[in-house]
Amino acid sequence: MLVGAALAILAVMGLVLIRALKGPTVYDRILAVNMFGTKTVLLLALMAFISGRHDVLDIALAYALINFIGVVAVLRFFEYDSEEALSAEIGEEDPDGNS
Amino acid sequence: MGILEIAAYVLVFTGAFFCLVGAIGVLRFPDVYSRMHSAGITDTIGALLILLGLALLAGWTLALAKLVFILVFLWMTSPTATHALAKAAKHGGVYPKLADDLAGDVAATTTTETPSSKA
Repeated sequence: MLVGAALAILAVMGLVLIRALKGPTVYDRILAVNMFGTKTVLLLALMAFISGRHDVLDIALAYALINFIGVVAVLRFFEYDSEEALSAEIGEEDPDGNS
Repeated sequence: MGILEIAAYVLVFTGAFFCLVGAIGVLRFPDVYSRMHSAGITDTIGALLILLGLALLAGWTLALAKLVFILVFLWMTSPTATHALAKAAKHGGVYPKLADDLAGDVAATTTTETPSSKA
């Protein structure tokens, strides 16, 4: 029974990967990777109960945290995607307060 | 197959269904911001139902505590990540598609009146 749900989550990951490949902007790709990570957490939780070894849940817990850190780190890198967006942004107002 | 297990499997399958709905939404929506909205569905209701179903299976054990921790962390981190993504997308110069931008796409697909004419 749980294997069916695990297969559904795998299908979700496949759909999300299509969005990651197709996504026009880099932010679509980051969104897709973030969703992929969250689904990995759910898949790990399901696998913990399918295999009966409940200590796999620790891995799911760790993955949930690391996935978030990774996404935020990549976002910090891609915040100012294009040069004109950066100059336009700095021209308008200084978002982070550091001139 | 006690009543508890049936309830757990029903919850897990409903959660998987919501995850599928969210993933299809991520594929079909026109721009980043609406995709974020549909991605949020899977992080909240999908994760909740699946983890709740598993919690029913786990019963009063350590696994239940771990599942609660996973759910709490997921519920705290995914909105924050989505917010950071929206902020970065806006700074990166991505602007949401408005009704008249979509008029082009809708006119291409449907022959009836476009959203802008209704407004």
